[in-house]
Amino acid sequence: MARLQFHPCGNYRESYGEELRIFETDYGRAALLAGLVLLFAVVPFISSAYFLYVINLAGIAVIGAVGLNILIGFTGQISLGHGAFIGVGAYGAAILATSLHLPLFLAVPLAGCVTAAVGMIFGIPSVRLKGLYLAIATLAGQFIIEYVLIQWEGLTKGTMGIVLPQATLFGLPISGDRGFFYLIFALAVFMTWTAKNLFRTRSGRAFMAIRDNDRAAEGMGIPVFPYKLLAFGISSFYAGVAGALWAYYTMSITPEPFNLDLSIEYIAMVIIGGLGSITGSVFGALFISGLNEILRSLFDLLTNLPLLQGMELNPAALRQFVFGLAIVLFILFEPKGLAEVWRVVRSNFRLWPFSY
Amino acid sequence: MKAFRADPELFRSRREQGDRADLSVDGLTLRFGGVVAVNDVTLRVRTGEFLSVIGPNGAGKTSLLNCITGYYRPQEGSISFNGRNVTHMHTHELVREGIGRTFQNIELFPGMSVLSNLLLARHIHYRYGFLPAALFFPSARREEVRHRRIVEELIDFLEMQSIRHRLVGSLPYGLRKRVELGRALALEPKLLILDEPFAGMNLEEKEDMVRFLRELHGEWKRTIVLVEHDMSIVMSLSERIAVLNFGEKLAEGTPGEIQDDPEVTRAYLGPSEEG
Ligand SMILES: Nc1ncnc2c1ncn2[C@@H]1O[C@H](COP(=O)(O)OP(=O)(O)OP(=O)(O)O)[C@@H](O)[C@H]1O
Ligand SMILES: [Mg+2]
Repeated sequence: MARLQFHPCGNYRESYGEELRIFETDYGRAALLAGLVLLFAVVPFISSAYFLYVINLAGIAVIGAVGLNILIGFTGQISLGHGAFIGVGAYGAAILATSLHLPLFLAVPLAGCVTAAVGMIFGIPSVRLKGLYLAIATLAGQFIIEYVLIQWEGLTKGTMGIVLPQATLFGLPISGDRGFFYLIFALAVFMTWTAKNLFRTRSGRAFMAIRDNDRAAEGMGIPVFPYKLLAFGISSFYAGVAGALWAYYTMSITPEPFNLDLSIEYIAMVIIGGLGSITGSVFGALFISGLNEILRSLFDLLTNLPLLQGMELNPAALRQFVFGLAIVLFILFEPKGLAEVWRVVRSNFRLWPFSY
Repeated sequence: MKAFRADPELFRSRREQGDRADLSVDGLTLRFGGVVAVNDVTLRVRTGEFLSVIGPNGAGKTSLLNCITGYYRPQEGSISFNGRNVTHMHTHELVREGIGRTFQNIELFPGMSVLSNLLLARHIHYRYGFLPAALFFPSARREEVRHRRIVEELIDFLEMQSIRHRLVGSLPYGLRKRVELGRALALEPKLLILDEPFAGMNLEEKEDMVRFLRELHGEWKRTIVLVEHDMSIVMSLSERIAVLNFGEKLAEGTPGEIQDDPEVTRAYLGPSEEG
């Protein structure tokens, strides 16, 4: 029982319970534990305010990307509306916090639930539509939600936006980037772990069955349509929590950021990270968030070059170009994404220093 | 014969509900536009019985099974299972009623391992709720282990130990058929429906499959409906045979009666062969 396993060069497990573990070896668990200690005990104290801001946004993206991968990568239901669902979460939290004066610990999960409900409504077309047609239907959802966020001024204050109150948790104010770091990453780690659990238990397996063969899934006693809706609900719940955190963190929100670009950014995260891999979604989110910042600095640099002074450079176009290129390159050269790269690197190292 | 060595505790869920599997199909008719795939078919299956359905290509055998398992909606007639009218039930509801099947054109989950395929068939037998699963409570872990043990028993029974972690898509055809049987068994069906489980198999694979079906019927007392073209297998396994031709039931009887039936011979060999 207490036997430690370090080298997965052979399968020496002794019970089925051991096979249910997320990590194949105790080495993997130890590495994760060390990583978490590093993340929570070291990173917030050695990072500059700017860097902390960047990784906070990346942490929010992790939650959103894990959610989208549950829908696209694990259930096979393409959604182009994830950006709008994040907006629903952001507005949900903002409205709950300002109109109903709900505290953060209620507003964030409730915003997640509201978004889950909205996501399930926009998931209804999946009863008949698959693949490209479903993608178009969710694209319509994206535009409808954007429209509502701008036009329903009574609720969303339209393009004026909403200013959120100071975030507090059980009376303690969450202040500054470091305070939010703990909130965001506690939730990101917890929700990633929950997603991992989902796919070693019944409902997650049902999602994958629907992705692989919905006729056969039905023959296993899985009611396909309710499970598709459940996948939309869970995925949107993640989006809603991500949006709610985003709203609290930035303190004021407008409809503008929750557009199709954001949806595509999230699709880039799950494709680059690896479809159908929770770990991959984390990598993808970190990768795209990092790329975003690099592009921002690069853009500042370019606009200051005297050579390019006369040109009308557009940051949005540059980002779209680079994201598009990254997606294409990954689909061509590593369709299983960063998750696969990570797996290969690990398996090369795991017998180190005695590799074959 | 290798007796199935399952731990009786494991299969308690099945026995509590009893093994009753009485199916009756009455005046069933299924049309596709102008094509009458199943025409006024009446058929009974009794608990513990081994019934085979045979007939030439396009006779409507698969269509009949698809009606019984909820994939097709018949226009006329009714189906009842254990006294319940199940004509309009959905496939996933019929699985809960205890009807499990395999498919003529293998319908597995190719991207998953043999083990995952079989675990998926345990779906309806899980008891834990959504939250305990998402938080992976000890109760959820215990139940996962319990189902894993059941699935491992089936893997032993079907002699698939060496391939349990292989992706189904990478297996040869004959083994996939075996995985599909395993998956159907993992549903713990009262009525097991098999659509051409021997198709595309070589002789050895067929022998193994016959052995498994014998044991399932003999020792396990499973109720089985088999659709198959290989007459020697059908004749040696079945207790009763129903013959379909152009969607209609042509004959029904014991293997001996069917072999001697001139109408059946004519359907198979064609009228030109006579005289
Ligand atoms: N989904 C469908 N749409 C239209 N016609 C169908 C459909 N399924 C079956 N048919 C038709 O119904 C008739 C019976 O087909 P079925 O597949 O039930 O035959 P079968 O006895 O299983 O044949 P085989 O031995 O070749 O498997 C055929 O004429 C077939 O073309
Ligand atoms: Mg057929």
